[in-house]
Amino acid sequence: MRLDGNAVAGILRQVFAVEMTEAIGTCAGCGKAEAVGAVVVYDRAPGTVLRCPHCEWVLAKLVTDGDRVWVDLRGVRTLELRV
Amino acid sequence: MAGTAVLGRLTWLPVEAVEVVPETPRVKTLRLDVPDWPGHLPGQHVDIRLTSEDGYQAQRSYSIASAPGAPQLELTVELIEDGEVSPYLADELQPGDRFELRGPVGGYFVWEPSRGGPLLLVAGGSGVVPFRAMLRHLVDEGGGVPATLLASSRSWDDVIYRDELERLDGEGLRVVHTLTREQPDDWDGYTRRVNAEMLAEVGPGPDEGPHVYVCGPTPFVESVATALVELGHEPGRIRTERFGPTGG
Repeated sequence: MRLDGNAVAGILRQVFAVEMTEAIGTCAGCGKAEAVGAVVVYDRAPGTVLRCPHCEWVLAKLVTDGDRVWVDLRGVRTLELRV
Repeated sequence: MAGTAVLGRLTWLPVEAVEVVPETPRVKTLRLDVPDWPGHLPGQHVDIRLTSEDGYQAQRSYSIASAPGAPQLELTVELIEDGEVSPYLADELQPGDRFELRGPVGGYFVWEPSRGGPLLLVAGGSGVVPFRAMLRHLVDEGGGVPATLLASSRSWDDVIYRDELERLDGEGLRVVHTLTREQPDDWDGYTRRVNAEMLAEVGPGPDEGPHVYVCGPTPFVESVATALVELGHEPGRIRTERFGPTGG
């Protein structure tokens, strides 16, 4: 199902321990910057896939199993967030 | 943003249903007692987790319907017949029942009075839920920010928070409905899906620089967001939240 970054706010909060949907991510594919809340999210794969809303590049993948989570951030060049 | 500095580890909290309020034939509002609720901002949501007797867990996200500072946390749940979570929440849950939630989460789809206005809120079906929190908060804070809610529903009976929206429609706050499938005999409002022409008529237009929030099923949100950009609204001022048609 096609959703947006708001749908992964909970799991990202658990992983990063800060609110992440307002963080700005830069796509390693096209170089455009966008709020995490605005990225495209597909949640019906074995994991959750985050894609760039401008070029569809895979930004990140999240896979959970019980109390463990795997985070693949290969498509994010930088993350800018308030600390 | 209020609360940002004190965010800690996000944990699952036990909650108890206090009251179940029918909104439409398919939608109910759950009033919840959440001990140690840290407070929230309008537009944030929670994740809900149900655990069956054999240990199987199902999890879904729901927007918060209550304003910050309300005595109980309110969630509004639409029944999705083949859903894993909503049939329990919308059909079976009784006062006194317990489950778990974590939150509040989200910061992107949040509106606070300090962000200013004018506000244009566009809701498809139960996409109106986070806007109820925003509008209640706006009223609680004394108003002062002009706001327009354009709500698309299938029929008059499917309008969630109908009476409250009728009461809110007035000075400074405008509520416009479109009923896309079925209308009362004396209906003289919109009957079509939200499109660029309707958004232009309802306003505020891009020249007024509104903060625009769009919430609803994915196809609704994407078509409205595209129409808003076509009209000249700045993409950076359009915030969207999608939920799936079978998200329940």
